[in-house]
Amino acid sequence: MRLVTFLFAASVVLVTLLLVFELWRGSVLPRHKFGFAFFVTSVWDPIFDQFGALPFIYGTLITAGVSLLIAVPLGLGAAIFLAELAPARVSDTLEFFIDLLAAVPSVIYGLLGVFIVIPLMREYIQPALKKSLGFLPLFQGPAYGVGFLTAGVVLAIMVIPYIISVSREVLLSVPRDQREAALALGATRWESTWKVVVPYARSGIMGSIFLALARALGETMAVTMVIGNTPTISASLFSPGYSIAAVIANEFTEATGDLYLQSLIELGLVLFLLTFILNGMARLLIVLTAQRGSGMGNA
Amino acid sequence: MSARVRWRKFVSAFMLTLTGICAFVAVAVLFFILGYLVFHGGSSVSWSFFTKLPAPVGETGGGMANAIVGSAKLLLIAALIGVPIGFLGAVYLAEFSGGSTAFVVRYAADLLNGVPSIVIGIFAYSLAVLPFKHFSTLAGGFALGLMMIPITLRSTEEFLRSVPNTLREGAMALGASKWQTIASVIVPAAYRGILTAILLAFARVAGETAPLLFTAFGNRFWSPGWNQPTASLPVMIYTYAIAPYDDWHRQAWAAGLVLLGLILVVNIVARAILARGVAVPRS
Amino acid sequence: MKRMAGLFLIVLTLAGVLWAEGTLSINGAGATFPYPMYSKWFDEYHKKNASIQINYQSIGSGGGIKQVTEGTVDFGASDGPMNDEQLKTYQDKHGFAILHFPTVLGADVPSYNIAGVTGELNFTPEAISGIFLGKITKWNDPAIASANKGVKLPGDDIVVVHRSDGSGTTYIWTDYLSKVSDEWKNKVGKGTSVNWPKGLGGKGNEGVAGLVKQTPNSFGYIELIYAIQNKMPYGRVRNSSGAFVKADLAGVTAAASGAAKDMPDDFRVSITNAPGKTAYPISSFTWLLIPSKFSDASKRDAIKGFVSWMLADGQNYAEALSYAKLPKEVVAKEKNALANVQ
Repeated sequence: MRLVTFLFAASVVLVTLLLVFELWRGSVLPRHKFGFAFFVTSVWDPIFDQFGALPFIYGTLITAGVSLLIAVPLGLGAAIFLAELAPARVSDTLEFFIDLLAAVPSVIYGLLGVFIVIPLMREYIQPALKKSLGFLPLFQGPAYGVGFLTAGVVLAIMVIPYIISVSREVLLSVPRDQREAALALGATRWESTWKVVVPYARSGIMGSIFLALARALGETMAVTMVIGNTPTISASLFSPGYSIAAVIANEFTEATGDLYLQSLIELGLVLFLLTFILNGMARLLIVLTAQRGSGMGNA
Repeated sequence: MSARVRWRKFVSAFMLTLTGICAFVAVAVLFFILGYLVFHGGSSVSWSFFTKLPAPVGETGGGMANAIVGSAKLLLIAALIGVPIGFLGAVYLAEFSGGSTAFVVRYAADLLNGVPSIVIGIFAYSLAVLPFKHFSTLAGGFALGLMMIPITLRSTEEFLRSVPNTLREGAMALGASKWQTIASVIVPAAYRGILTAILLAFARVAGETAPLLFTAFGNRFWSPGWNQPTASLPVMIYTYAIAPYDDWHRQAWAAGLVLLGLILVVNIVARAILARGVAVPRS
Repeated sequence: MKRMAGLFLIVLTLAGVLWAEGTLSINGAGATFPYPMYSKWFDEYHKKNASIQINYQSIGSGGGIKQVTEGTVDFGASDGPMNDEQLKTYQDKHGFAILHFPTVLGADVPSYNIAGVTGELNFTPEAISGIFLGKITKWNDPAIASANKGVKLPGDDIVVVHRSDGSGTTYIWTDYLSKVSDEWKNKVGKGTSVNWPKGLGGKGNEGVAGLVKQTPNSFGYIELIYAIQNKMPYGRVRNSSGAFVKADLAGVTAAASGAAKDMPDDFRVSITNAPGKTAYPISSFTWLLIPSKFSDASKRDAIKGFVSWMLADGQNYAEALSYAKLPKEVVAKEKNALANVQ
C-alpha cells in the first residue's frame, strides 16, 4: 500500500522533471545558435531563420504590468472591504461570487474581449484617452481596438479574483489586537486599516500580487484574441503586440524547420521559468505573513 | 470636534466607501458576464445546437454535438489520469511520507500547477502526439489530466491531514491495519473535501483551450474511439469567435453559455458539498 | 455504487473501441484558403460514403506542411507549394516523396473597410506594395487616389492586416509582391510566414476577414470566397497587361490557362502576375499534399477514391463557392499522377 501510493506520488515528481527536461532538450538549437542574444533581439523572421524573443517578452510584461495597475488597486480595495467592513455573511457571500469569477475559463474572457472590450476600446476609450492624455507616448497612435491596453484590461479582470481572495485571507489573519490598538489610540477606521493592518499583511498582499502576475504572464487564449498578434515593441499602449503564450499558440503547429520550432519551445521555457520564479516568491511571501501572527508586527 | 478630526473622518468614510465600490464592481463583473452570455447565447442554445454536427463553412445551421461529446470524452480521460494520481499521491503524502519526500512531492506539484497551460500543451504534444504520429482524444485527455493532478493532490492532502489523529489512533487501537484505517476511516471522514477537490479540478480543466490546440486538434465529425482528433467546446468557441461568420458567432455565444453554465454549476455544487459537510479548517 | 461506475466505464470503453471499428477516419490539415471548398467536399463525400470520414482542420498552409511532414495527419493542404528544401526534409524523414495534387483555383483579393466606400477601388501594384511596406500610410495618398478618380478617400491611416500564422494565402500574396516590387523582394521576400513591416495579425483567412470586417480603415488580403460570404468590398488589381481586373472565375481561369499547358510533372507552379489581358494577377492553384506511400491500404484507397471523385464530380461544386475549376489538361494529368500514390 505504501509502495503503491509512493509510486503515484513519485510519478508527480517524475512528470514534472520530464517536463522541464523536454523543454530544455527541445530548445537546444536556438540556445546554441543565438545564446543570450535570443533575449535581446527583436527580429522574428522565419524566412531568414532569425529569431529573437524580445517583442514577446516585452508584450508579456507590458500586458501583465497594465493588468496589475488596474487590478491591484481594485482588488486590494475590494479585499479591504471584504475583510474589514463587511459583516461575515456578506463577506463570505461576496467571496463566493468572486471565487466563481476565478473559475471562468480564459476562452470565455476572450469571447467577451473580442465582442465587447475591443469595440469599446476602439470607439470610446482609446479616442478619449488620446484626446485627454495624447501628449504621452503611451496613448499615441491609431486606435485599432486590439493591442496592449486591451489585453491588459482583459487580463486585469481575470486576475482580480486572485488578488481579492488571497489578500482577504491575509487581512483576516491579522490579529485583532493590532486594529484595536490603533483604534484605541484614536485612529479612524480607515487609518487603522491603511496604516496598521495593511502594512502588517504587506508580504501576503505582495504574494497575492505575484500570484496574479504569474497567472497574467501565462494566459494564452484571452490574450491572443485581443492583442493583435504582431511582434512589435512600442511605447504606445494602443499598439498591437504579441505575448509569449500567444505566439506559441499561433505558430506551434506550423513551425516548419527545427530552428523555428525550437525557438518557440525556448520561449515556452522562458515563460515556464518566469512563472516558476514568481510562484515561488509568492508562496514565500504568503508564508511570511502567516508566520508573523505570533511575533510583534513591525509596520 | 476640530477641523482636522472632521477631515480624517471624512477621508475614512470616503475611502471605505471606495473599497465597497471596488468590491461591488468585482462582483458585478461576474453577473455582467453571465448576463451577457445568457442574453447573446440563450437564444442560440437550441435542440440543433446539441444534436447537429457543424455545417460546411459559410453555411448556416449546424451545431456542436461532436464538441460536447468530445469535451466529455476528454474530461473522462483527464479524470482517469488526474484523480488516481492526485488522490493516491495525496494518501502517500498525508499518511506515509516523511518530511523531505513530502516536501519534494509538494514542490513538484506546485511547480506543475504553475506551468502555463500552453507549455503543458507543448509537453503533451512531444509525449503523446509525436511518438504516435497522430492527434487524439487520449493526448488531449493526457494534457488535461496533467493539469488536474496538482489541484487534486494538494487539496486532497489538506483534507486528509485535517482528519483528527484520534480517528486514526482509534482505528489502529482496534487492530486495523494502516490500509484498513485509510480506506474505512480516514477517507470516508474526508470524503466531502476530496469530492470537492475533484470537482473543482474538473471545472478548472473543462474550460482549458490552449493545451488542446496541439493534442486533441479538432474534428468536424464525430470522433470515433479514443485515438482520433476530436472537437471540444473551448476550441470551437475560439475558432468560431475569431472568424467572420455571424452564424459562427451566434454558436460561439451559445457554446460559451453552455460551457460557463456547466463550470459554474460544478463549482457551486462542490462548494455546497463542502459547506454542508465536516468542518475543516480553512487552508 | 462503485461497481456501477466500473461497469459504466467498461461499457464506455467497449463502445469507443467498437465504434472505431466501423468508420474509417482520415485526418488532414492545412490551408484556410480552400477551407470552404474542402469542408463542402468532405461533407458531401461523407454523405455518399458513410463509412469514410475525412476530417480537415484549417490551421494554415504552414501547419499543413508541418503536420504532414511530422506524420501526424494523413494528408496536408497548402496554397504555397512546398519548396525543394521542404520536399527534401519530407523525403529524408519518410524515405519516400510527397506529391502535390491541385484541387481548385482561387484568388487573393485586397479587401478593405472604409467608411463611405462601398464600391470597388482600383489598386496598382505600386500601391499595394507601398501600403504593405509601410511607405503609403494614408488612404488618400496619391498612389491610391490617382487610380481612383472620383472616389472620396479619407485622410485616415491605413490599418494593414495580414496573417499571424503560416499561410499559403500569404505565400500567394508575397509571391505576387515579390514579382512586382524589387524592394519587397529584397526586403521581405516570399513565404508562408514573413517578417511583415507593419500590420495586425489575424489567424487564418477567417481571422483576417474578421479583423478587416470589424476594424475601420483596414486593408487586408483574403481568399475571394471569404470576401463574398461576408459581404466585404474588395478591389480590382492592375494586371501585367495594364488592365484593372476584379477577381472572378473568368479572371482566375484566364490566369491559369498558360500554366495549364505547361504544367510541370510535380504540379508546382506559380500563376501570379500571369500574362493575359483578362487574367487576375493574384490567382493561384491550391494543392493537397499526399504521401506517395501509405502503409494502411484502406486509407490509401479512401484518399485515392476521394481525389478521383474530386477531379470529376467534386469540380462541379467549385463555382458555387467562387473557386475556378481546374483546367481540363490539369485534370487529365492528375488522374495519371494518382497512380503514383501507393
